[in-house]
Amino acid sequence: MRRFVQSLTPHTWMVVAGLIFGVVAALLVKWGNPANMGYCAACFLRDVTGALGLHRAGAVQYLRPEILGLILGSFIAAIAFREFRTRGGSAPLVRFLLGTLMMIGALVFLGCPVRALLRLAGGDLNGITALAGLIFGVFVGILFLKRGFNLGRSAKMPSVAGWLFPAFMVILLLFAIFTPYFIFSSTSGPGSLHPALWISLVVGLGVGILAQRTRMCFAGGWRDLILIKDIHLFSLIAAFFVAAMVTNFALGQVGHWGFSGQPISHEEHLWNFLGMALVGLSATLLGGCPLRQMVLSGQGDTDAVMTVLGMVAGAAVAHNFGLASSPSPIGNTTFGAWAVGVGLAVALLIGFLTRERRQA
Amino acid sequence: MIEVDARGFSCPIPVVKTKEAIDKNPKEPLAVLVDNEVSKENVSRLAKNRGYSVEVERAEDGFRLKLSPLAK
Repeated sequence: MRRFVQSLTPHTWMVVAGLIFGVVAALLVKWGNPANMGYCAACFLRDVTGALGLHRAGAVQYLRPEILGLILGSFIAAIAFREFRTRGGSAPLVRFLLGTLMMIGALVFLGCPVRALLRLAGGDLNGITALAGLIFGVFVGILFLKRGFNLGRSAKMPSVAGWLFPAFMVILLLFAIFTPYFIFSSTSGPGSLHPALWISLVVGLGVGILAQRTRMCFAGGWRDLILIKDIHLFSLIAAFFVAAMVTNFALGQVGHWGFSGQPISHEEHLWNFLGMALVGLSATLLGGCPLRQMVLSGQGDTDAVMTVLGMVAGAAVAHNFGLASSPSPIGNTTFGAWAVGVGLAVALLIGFLTRERRQA
Repeated sequence: MIEVDARGFSCPIPVVKTKEAIDKNPKEPLAVLVDNEVSKENVSRLAKNRGYSVEVERAEDGFRLKLSPLAK
């Protein structure tokens, strides 16, 4: 019995954390975030990118406190539990590039692995195509892992390097509070839809602490399921999905089940699949989904900071060069399709060429 | 004893390396060196799922995990 309880406890924690996150993600829509976008790591980082003026898509610019809170929450948890360690030097430029590709893939689908689940939990069946693409991408990534892919060892660094990014988040938070004139903020479109700053911030901090403690990862869960047949991380994903769907039903937020006419969504199935496949492949090569990368960036992992900066660059590129999709009826763009194709080719090339030499 | 040095690697590489060592050397004890808490947890979980007992020692720069196959 004791062994049973001991073996159960970590999973139980994961399930509880997933349930909390799922309920909160659905509630955030009720409190003001865009439909089926209570919490989206990629979309919200894209909004932050726009708020800084690095892209000029007027409808998606807002300093999302969920993002600032996520990174600061992770920082607080890491300090409190003595897990803050400054590391770096594991192929930073490759991580930057993969981060860029991961963001471009997400913005062709219009969501990260978290939002894929939230969309499905809100009745948008394009979430299924996206999850199929994500799992396919993760599967391809696993083939590279089995072949000996890794981005090299990181090394200890002076701790000031690890503090830089959380400090930058504090500055962004001050910008969010005092809204200086150079910070952009959408007056219409998804970027204009949000709860009061303090609500988003409190939720962001809470999710950051939860995510740092549980090591939640919305790509890693699928990876561990396939690679080592372990349900630990996946149990959080499953609980998250169930909780979000139940909460959506309870709040009357499930519009209608179907592919077309869904909020901030398009039904270009091929590009939803391939866009998310690019996210799954990049995330597996990087060792974590967009959300996990931001959590790591808060606990001293400067390689993850490089990935997050790559994601910011990806958001800027996606909107400045017209790669990002728009909701139906526009859907994905020709440039977006090319970007996903080239992105997949580049990610595959990185996978093939980055192979550790093994001793015979 | 077979030793897997996974220091400096982050999730999931230490798990991949440990899995490979387990698959190549079934029923043999292994030592895995990791330098962070997450890798310690992940490698321990893999080892327990595969029927190994895990002993954690603090080592310079992290942890040394001794994995011993449980007799069945």
